[in-house]
Amino acid sequence: MNANQYADKPDAFTLGPLEEGSACCDPQPVIQVRNLSLLYDGKTALDKVTLDIYKGCITALIGPSGCGKTSFLSAINRLTDLIPGCRVTGEILVNNRDIHHPDMHVQSLRRQVGMVFQKPTPFPLSIRRNLSLPLNEHGITNKTEVAAIIGQVLRDVGLWDEVHDRLDASALSLSGGQQQRLCIARALALEPQILLMDEPCSALDPLASGVVEDLICRLRGRYTIVIVTHNLAQARRIANYAAFFWVSGRAGQLIEFGRCQHIFESPSHELTAAYVNGVRG
Amino acid sequence: MREITNIHTRQILRDRVVQLLVYAAVLLISMVFIWILADLVRGGIAHLSWEFLMESPRDAGRTGGIASILVSTLLILLTALLTAVPVAWTTAILLVEFVPADSPFGKTVRFSLHVLAGVPSIVFGLFGNAFFCIYLGLGFSILSGGLTLACMLLPILTSTAEAGLRAVPHAYRTSASALGLTRTAALVHLILPAAAPVLAAGLLLGIGRALAETAALLFTSGYVERMPDSLLDSGRALALHIFDLSMNVPGGDMPAYASALVLVGLLLCINTLAMKFAYGLQHRKIMT
Ligand SMILES: Nc1ncnc2c1ncn2[C@@H]1O[C@H](COP(=O)(O)OP(=O)(O)OP(=O)(O)O)[C@@H](O)[C@H]1O
Ligand SMILES: [Mg+2]
Repeated sequence: MNANQYADKPDAFTLGPLEEGSACCDPQPVIQVRNLSLLYDGKTALDKVTLDIYKGCITALIGPSGCGKTSFLSAINRLTDLIPGCRVTGEILVNNRDIHHPDMHVQSLRRQVGMVFQKPTPFPLSIRRNLSLPLNEHGITNKTEVAAIIGQVLRDVGLWDEVHDRLDASALSLSGGQQQRLCIARALALEPQILLMDEPCSALDPLASGVVEDLICRLRGRYTIVIVTHNLAQARRIANYAAFFWVSGRAGQLIEFGRCQHIFESPSHELTAAYVNGVRG
Repeated sequence: MREITNIHTRQILRDRVVQLLVYAAVLLISMVFIWILADLVRGGIAHLSWEFLMESPRDAGRTGGIASILVSTLLILLTALLTAVPVAWTTAILLVEFVPADSPFGKTVRFSLHVLAGVPSIVFGLFGNAFFCIYLGLGFSILSGGLTLACMLLPILTSTAEAGLRAVPHAYRTSASALGLTRTAALVHLILPAAAPVLAAGLLLGIGRALAETAALLFTSGYVERMPDSLLDSGRALALHIFDLSMNVPGGDMPAYASALVLVGLLLCINTLAMKFAYGLQHRKIMT
């Protein structure tokens, strides 16, 4: 229904009519990125990126190192605000609201748009406190409610059986894979609508990585997920849409965006084909 | 084969030598400390008694005790810490959390602190005398002394706190922001607790400096040895008392030794307590 919303903007990467194959979701954009450019100390790191992220789907960002995938994610929840010398131009709409509008409350934006980092980043607190601190700060202080949410999200990430009897132990005593799942749980506890994941599996061994991957698949539909991954096979397995970034000079660009199947099997740009095949073959 | 064995032997030998040197250094440091302590105990333990701690000095300190001196010292120390710590720590927080590292403001503050840290304490004493005692009209008083000490402690308290805050991994700040926590919330719940041991260590260094200070207090809190009635009264600090007894009072050696023993004992206690406290704070944060 929204497919032709940007038909009047020919340079916009929009989905167009669904290709054949079962639709994972209603192609309804929750994040609309328009002409996004990002500069570090005056040097362009991302050049005029325009794309839509669809509701309930998994969108994979692929591309070589340094092409601005992390920068792109950080722009969506305005984490770029924290980096001195970083300037963002262009427009990002989340649920049709401009995130750079002065009325935008950045804390509620970040609650709505959760983020999981490449390296697990548990706080040096207990497992329980890791989850309850953000909840408390967002005004959820009722003890039973907090406990219920903690139980729920730990079950969601499959950590409950492993840690339910030691919730008061330090989160740093968990293994790397468990820490990453705790971080995902911590993001989920705030009931975000969108989840940004920056190479969530890259610090994990294949087993733990598989667990996290299954988890991400289970979250499909309930959350809109944007995931950066260098693992093309993984992108192919889990994503509905894929965006291919490339870096020319120092500026990252969006080369191609479309259904995952399309990007991997019949890419329309030769760079995409070379990247996808090169890494595969 | 023989080549490899040779290399091995050489490496093992080198290892041994390095180990030996490290142990020697540790031993040397411990020996200096033990030697000072032993000397103080040998000279002062006989004179040390409950009465010595509970009585005020008589006959210029030759007899009597150090009760009034201890009270004055404590009051000067408290005045100094209560003024210096809030200023120093908020400055450090401002520098680390709210101002870009290379901003002109940050550079200026850091430069002033470096200069301040290098100023000899006698200069602080003269400044304190001119500013607090005369200009502000506080006279020779515990308040003047405490405030002068506070100025002296600012650099060390600020720079240790700054180092402690900077040592907290940046990832805590980023992930806290990504969870929608405000900067203040991240500061209170994550960054300050993580930096607490370093803050405590800085505090200790400060207390040590303050307790050992004589020159800055000579011209500001004075050296009247009776019990102070208020912060506006003059009061003699313990280190100054030791200096006076050993330099100006013939026959004051025994009480000087005993007072020095008390001073060192005090420092040891404060050290142990603060370390325990910092550890407990960190521990409790993890456990809740
Ligand atoms: N804080 C920063 N300050 C200055 N330049 C930066 C900063 N962060 C990233 N850059 C630059 O921006 C460009 C894009 O970086 P980014 O981290 O977004 O790439 P990426 O696609 O995530 O790479 P990777 O796959 O290695 O994680 C790089 O050239 C990088 O050097
Ligand atoms: Mg990256």
